[in-house]
Amino acid sequence: MGENCIVSLKDIVVDFDGEVVLDGINLDIHDKEFVTLLGPSGCGKTTTLRIIGGFVEPASGDVFFDGKRINEMPPYKRPLNTVFQRYALFPHLNVFENIAFGLRLQKVPEKEVAQRVAEMLELVNLKGFDKRGVNQLSGGQQQRVAIARALVNHPRLLLLDEPLGALDLKLRKGMQIELKRIQQSLDITFVYVTHDQEEALTMSDTVVVMKDGHIQQIGTPQDIYNEPKNAFVADFIGESNILDGVMHKDFVVEFAGRKFDCVDKGFEKMENVDVVIRPEDIKVVPAIAGQLSGRVESVIFKGVHYEMVVESAGFSWIIHSTQSQEPGSSIGMNIDPFDIHIMHKMEEER
Amino acid sequence: MKKRKWLSNTYIGLIFAFLYLPIGVLIAYSFNESKSRAVFTGFTFDWYAKLFHNDVIIQSLINTLIIAVVSSIVATIIGTAAAVGINSMNKWMKSAMMNLTYLPIINPEIVTGVSMMLLFVFLKLQFGFTTLIIAHITFSLPYVILNVLPKLRQMDKFVYEAALDLGCTPLLAFRKVIFPEILPGVISGMLMAFTFSLDDFVISYFTTGPTSQTLPVTIFSMTRRKVSPEINALSTIIFIVVLATLLIVNFKDLRKQKKVQRSEVGV
Repeated sequence: MGENCIVSLKDIVVDFDGEVVLDGINLDIHDKEFVTLLGPSGCGKTTTLRIIGGFVEPASGDVFFDGKRINEMPPYKRPLNTVFQRYALFPHLNVFENIAFGLRLQKVPEKEVAQRVAEMLELVNLKGFDKRGVNQLSGGQQQRVAIARALVNHPRLLLLDEPLGALDLKLRKGMQIELKRIQQSLDITFVYVTHDQEEALTMSDTVVVMKDGHIQQIGTPQDIYNEPKNAFVADFIGESNILDGVMHKDFVVEFAGRKFDCVDKGFEKMENVDVVIRPEDIKVVPAIAGQLSGRVESVIFKGVHYEMVVESAGFSWIIHSTQSQEPGSSIGMNIDPFDIHIMHKMEEER
Repeated sequence: MKKRKWLSNTYIGLIFAFLYLPIGVLIAYSFNESKSRAVFTGFTFDWYAKLFHNDVIIQSLINTLIIAVVSSIVATIIGTAAAVGINSMNKWMKSAMMNLTYLPIINPEIVTGVSMMLLFVFLKLQFGFTTLIIAHITFSLPYVILNVLPKLRQMDKFVYEAALDLGCTPLLAFRKVIFPEILPGVISGMLMAFTFSLDDFVISYFTTGPTSQTLPVTIFSMTRRKVSPEINALSTIIFIVVLATLLIVNFKDLRKQKKVQRSEVGV
């Protein structure tokens, strides 16, 4: 356990009716950190969150809060709060009473309740909404009430389960920035679950990429994007060209029918590897000047760039470029050594 | 077009006449001076006066009300708890429990009545209030369960977890969050249990004792001799009470709807 660790998961295993959902999760969450659990649906990210919240008990392994083991502690005794996926507001109470719910249970004096609820309404930009019924609010407003209802209790840790999943794109972008602002201004720890990689990269200090109940990689958004640990992470975080390759020796890799210089070393001689190349790292040059040559199959305008599919060496390459090419034409492709990412093959495929 | 409208109005009129004429006749004869059921000889309130001095009828009315109140309250408590339990069961157990719940409703009343009687004989229970109340709780339980369950199913299950998360113990979470949500179902379940208890004749007939006759049983035993116009008067009163209750409930619903509409417009 690290120095300023607020939550620690040690060898957590969870199974539902014999089906393993989490398989040996180890995770340290530091104080005042914005941690995102990222992965496709069914990867176990929500279950991990529910373990911390106390709604799921692990089959084996330990949960620590501030260094104290809290496996058996029921949710209502844990010093943390949750923002649920579908908000889960109390429909029979108005906005004020929803937010005041936790304070009422703690028997906070009425005057302080009014003051703290007002503070929260201000924080989430819902001033003057206190007497509204929660069913009269829009999705975005309900979301803010759910956040206020959790934060009013001054938890040290806030768990958020895909809180922006039901909102439209524009609202989601706005709320992302707002959530980050709230987290920084209150100086508390957020654990955030999402399947949206862009959301994860935008808001987090640390991203935890998960798949099939395993953690694939833990790192800063930059690490995860630039140095993906395996082909799954590379593919999940942004688009990638993933090719089979062979590592001839340090700094030399063969793929797509030829040898390339690269910056990776420490692989076994002739080891089969995954080669990952980002679509924006492939430079389009005249056909004779390229390391590889291919035929343009299709071109789609994406706003900032053109997305092209190019057939070369039996592989469909995705290339992002600001310059369009004629479909059917032949082009050359160049790749710089530091843009070639080499990864061990994933375990289950070995 | 006009002709069509005339036709449909007549049709509706006939149906309502078919439904309500018998009750109209009953009400009319409750004011008949003569004991005869054939001729109307003059208007009188005598039968109503006599009714309120008939100790047997008044006592069985009191019995009926006591049994209805007690059995519907107990059935509501047990039924609501059962619904919560059934709702959190797994699929297989749930469908098994639901079939068990439906069984008493589908089962002919006479079978339920006779089997109850046999059970009480076997247990050597004294026939009277206790046996009646037990029987009434038993047959009204399914109605409570069937009214509460849909409300529980409609509810966002994370609302309960949210309450726990904010510091409620499970029991407190039920009281503060789940109960207000399912209250409409609980109330309609209780009302149904209450009405079925008031109404029941067959099962009561087999489980009643000499001192605890309910109104339907009393009326039945009175009609075996000769239908006294007192019974017309009693039936009229019951009909008026039911009608008034129905009107009040509907009127309240209407006002609530208007209120909701107004607040929606206000947004």
